[in-house]
Order: sequence, then C-alpha cells, then structure tokens
Amino acid sequence: MAKVMINQERCKGCGLCTSVCPKKIIVTDLETLNDKGYRPAKVTEPDKCIGCAFCATICPDCVITIYK
Amino acid sequence: MEKIFDRPHSLSDFVLSYCPGCTHGVINRLVAEVVDEMGLEGKTVGVCPVGCSVTAYNFFEFDMQEAAHGRAPAVATGIKRVHPENLVFTYQGDGDLAAIGTAETVHAAARAENISIIFVNNTIYGMTGGQMAPTSLVGQVTQTTPYGRKVENQGYPIHVAEMISTLRGACYVERVSVDSVPNIKKTKAAIRKAFECQMAGKGFSLVEVLSTCPTNWGMSPVEALERIRTEMMPEFPLGVYKDCTETGGVR
Amino acid sequence: MSKVLMKGNEALAEAAMRCGCRFFFGYPITPQTELAAYMAKKMQKNGGTFLQAESEVAAINMVYGAAGAGARVMTSSSSPGISLKQEGISYIAGADLPCLVVNIVRGGPGLGGIQPAQSDYFQATKGGGHGDYHLLVFAPSSVQELADMTSRAFDKADEYRMPAMIMGDGMLGQMMEPVEFKEFADPASLPAKPWATTGTGMKRKKNIINSLYLTPEELENLCVEREKRYDKIRATEYLYEEIDTEDADIIIAAYGTIARVAMSAVQQAREMGIKAGLIRPITLWPFPTEAFAKRAETAKCFLSVEMSMGQMVEDVRLSVNGKKPVYFYGRTGGMVPEQDAIVAEIEKCLKNS
Repeated sequence: MAKVMINQERCKGCGLCTSVCPKKIIVTDLETLNDKGYRPAKVTEPDKCIGCAFCATICPDCVITIYK
Repeated sequence: MEKIFDRPHSLSDFVLSYCPGCTHGVINRLVAEVVDEMGLEGKTVGVCPVGCSVTAYNFFEFDMQEAAHGRAPAVATGIKRVHPENLVFTYQGDGDLAAIGTAETVHAAARAENISIIFVNNTIYGMTGGQMAPTSLVGQVTQTTPYGRKVENQGYPIHVAEMISTLRGACYVERVSVDSVPNIKKTKAAIRKAFECQMAGKGFSLVEVLSTCPTNWGMSPVEALERIRTEMMPEFPLGVYKDCTETGGVR
Repeated sequence: MSKVLMKGNEALAEAAMRCGCRFFFGYPITPQTELAAYMAKKMQKNGGTFLQAESEVAAINMVYGAAGAGARVMTSSSSPGISLKQEGISYIAGADLPCLVVNIVRGGPGLGGIQPAQSDYFQATKGGGHGDYHLLVFAPSSVQELADMTSRAFDKADEYRMPAMIMGDGMLGQMMEPVEFKEFADPASLPAKPWATTGTGMKRKKNIINSLYLTPEELENLCVEREKRYDKIRATEYLYEEIDTEDADIIIAAYGTIARVAMSAVQQAREMGIKAGLIRPITLWPFPTEAFAKRAETAKCFLSVEMSMGQMVEDVRLSVNGKKPVYFYGRTGGMVPEQDAIVAEIEKCLKNS
C-alpha cells in the first residue's frame, strides 16, 4: 500500500506527473482551480498506487509527498 | 506507512519562481537531495547565476552568493580559496555559462579549481524571454533568430561537456538529462559524483544537464520533455566525457 | 621595525599582507606589475592565496566571492584593467562587501600609455560602474603614505562594509623610498563578519550575498540606507593636508605625486614674494570640501594642478561654490607638470583675478 499527497495549492498544473505514472492514476483535476489559477493534479484511484514515486521524482515544484 | 519521498531539508520552503513544468525545479531539488544525503548542508556555499535561477539563493537553505552574469565560476573560486573545506558549486544556465561566462568556465577547469558546476542547457535564454543561446540548435527559432538559427549568420551550438573534457584540469565531466524518471535518477547520481569528486579534492567537475523551457519553446511541459529526446539528445549526446575520479583525480 | 627602501608597488603589497590580507586576485598590467609579482613571491609564504585570473573581470569577481566569504581580500590593476572591473565593483558595493581595489593609474583613454596619470579621477570618485554607490578613495603621495593608507583602506572598508580604492600612479608605484611597516596583524584578530558565507554549520540561518532586489521599494531602501553611511563618511572620514594657506592669495589643489611638484612650486612662488599655498586631498572620496570652502573666504583664487585634462578641478569648484575663481593647469597622457610651468601658471592666475 502507498499513498500520494499532492499539495494542490502549490501545484502549477504542469502535468509532468500525469505523464509518468505507470498506473495512470494521476490526472489534471478539471474541477479545481487553486489560488494561482492553476488546475492542480490529483490522484484518481489511490489504492492502485504502488509507491514508485515517479510522480514526485519528476515534479518540478516538489509538491508531491509519498508514503509507503 | 513511512514517508519515502519528501522535500529535501536543504531545499527551502520557498515557492520556486520557475514556470510551470520547467525542469530547473527538478534539478534544484536534486542538488538539495545530494547535499542532504552527503550531510553537507552546513558546509555548502552555492553560487547562482543571472538567468532563470538567479533567485536560487531563496531556494536553498545553505549559504548562497548571487554572481554577476557569467562570473559564477570566478566567484566560486574566490569562495573556495577562502573555505577549501566547504562544498562550493555554481548553478548556471547556457547563456550564463556558454556565452558571457565561457572564459570563467574554461579557466576554472584549466586551473583544476576544486569546485563543481551544474550547467543547465535548455538551448535558450529563458529569463529574458526566449533569445538564442550559444547552445541553440541550427534552425531553432528564437526571438533573436526569428527565421531559425542560420549557420552562415550564427554558426553552430557549443558543446560544453566535450569542450571542457579536453582540459586536463577537469576531473569529472558528464552530460545528463532530466527528460525522464530514469534519466533524472542518473542526473542525481552525476551530481553526487561531482560533489564527491570535489570533497575528495580531485579537481574540477561539471555536470551538463539537458533541461526544458516550455514557455519559450512554445510547448506544453510534456511536449518539451519529448523535444529533449528527439532534437537535443542527437546534438548533445549523453555520457561521461571525462572521469579521472578512480585514478586519484587531476590535482 | 626600521625603515627599508622599497618600490611603491611592493610596499603596498607588503602593507596589505601585514594588515591581514590573505587573498590577492590579479592580472598582469603595467605599471602595477611589481605589486602582483611581489604577492606571487610572498603571499603563499604568509599563508595566503595569490591567484592570477584569466582577466580583470574574473579577478574582481573572485574578490567578490572571497569578500562575501568573509576574507580580507584585494586586487590591483591599472586604468584599462580598472575599467574592466567596474561592473564587479558596482556588485561589490551593491552587496555591501568590503575589499581593496588598487589603481596604479596610467595615461588614457583606451589602451593609452604606461606613464603616470591621474585621468581616472572621475571614474574613481563619481562611480565608474552603474547605480548609486561610492568607493572610499585614498590618494597617497609617498611610499610611506601608500603603506599607511593600505591598512586604513582595509579598516575603513570593513567598518563601513564597502569597497575601498587606493589611487596611485605609475611614478608612485615604481619609485623607491624609505618606508616603515607595522607588525604583522593576525587575520584571526580582524573584525568578525557574521554575514559572510562560511557555511551555516547547521548553527545559523543561511547568509546570502546578493545585489538583486526586484521590488523597487526594497532596492530604494537599501540605497537610502547606504547613503546615510556615505553621509557619515563625508562628515567624518575626509583627510587632507594644508600648507601655507592661512595668508595665501592663491591656493593650489593637487594630490598624489603631483602635490609634491606643486609644493615645490609653492615654495618657489613664496621666494618670489607670491603668497601661495597648497591643499592636498588625501581622500578623493570623501572630498575635503570644507577645507576649500573655508579658504574661499580668504584666498583670491584657486588653481587645480593635475595629470589630466581637469577632473578634480570640478570638485574644487563645487567646494568653492562660486565665491572665487578656480583655474586649472594640467599635463596628461603620461606627461608630468613641471615646477616652473606651475609657477608661471600661478602668476598668470593672480594677474587674472
């Protein structure tokens, strides 16, 4: 089991994490706008997360924390 | 469950000023991760350039100096000579290092100065809005090459890793990329090796990192990663261009 | 310590090491060559670092780094080299860093010549780089004073956290005179610099050496604060020498080696019955304004004598503030004003005013 925490306020919606998740469970959250007007990333099916931390590794703003 | 990935301690809590998807942020984090893992936060002095990472003095928790455009290797030399026991590195872009700072870079390497340079190559001037850089590819359209970089007018891109590796004072020179997760991990390993080379007093080290500029390339961040692979890597092959760390260094 | 016979350039280097300077970054250029050569021989033996950089631009930026790291550090060059260092000096002033920059002036502009001159006065005192900043500028006129001003320049640079400059000229740098030195100061005894980038040691918050302030209010506040420091310096740190000025009808203004020629001219004029006097600025910034303002009440006129086409004369005029005429006589390009010519000029000025 693993858990992905995304600090949606600090996310700039760049989408890099969505392009590397092997389980395809990170997408751009089209219902949310953060204070800076970005559409942050979000995890769709948290239970499928394998804790590989690919998303956090490629995140340019260090907004993703991984627990395993 | 245990936290297995978090913001490194020596990366400050500052909101990074880079554009969305710009991989400067990744490289900044990698530097901080390596400093943490080597336990060197208390002994590190970083030098930031003029360019997109000019305010990197806000992004790290260790002492920082902001250098004049192109002069970071000279500033770092001054610091290292005063505090030889510290880890001293510069973090520079392609305009800062390969245009105005070429002489400082070449001579720091020629002197086998015991510093490390993190050279971020994104083939463009980012901070000032997308002008041609010395590493811009032939044909690349920029604000100052609106019809594409032409050989007969602007010549060819400079290959820094290859150039610096010809200098005997250079101990470790590698070109890496942050276009993918595996390559990001290799970049971190290269930065680690450079810092270890320095702390062991083996001489000058430089890591050239192929990086993106979504804003001025006019691409999405994900497309920009693709450009590194399809256009930049053929021109700037990845690899170790010099490594004397096993044979005791060059000093 | 007894007197020794020494070249100006070498005496300056010796004095610098004796007052705790352990870092020298330079680049070859006539007529300051002996200074760097002396450092190359002695600095390492004194436990310091001598480094010949790839350019004057690199050298001044090494000074920036070393100064920011808390060291007592200097560089030396001559006119064209000092022009190359102007951006670095502006950064050093903008980051509030102490250091010493030595200019052994030579004829200019451009590549100019290698003979002595004083044509860098504006560059040194009005700011050769960009932005609101000043340097402490010392203009010694003897090898002994060169040595004394070196340690004073370092102390004042540390005290006010700003760059200091010693302005010599080719003559002063290459002539030999007896000089006496202070004992070696222990660098550890120098004033502490808690703001320096020494590595946090995980015991303090990080230090940042920087001159970039993108928010205009912040940048303005810094300039205003710096100006307060400059005002204090203007009020308390000016140095000058005054000779025979109480009853003088004409007062010569001259600094550096030319003040010695002017002194002979004053004595010759006195022997001819002309009441002449001399004011010799020792600090060019801060300029000794009061000294000239006071004498503007009594003297009939002033004559600025320089190895240039007339630069310090403007500051003399500002100080005299229109009360009396201020004339200028100078040679430049490496030519040196001669005593007889100065006396002839004195007579001419008195006739006119």
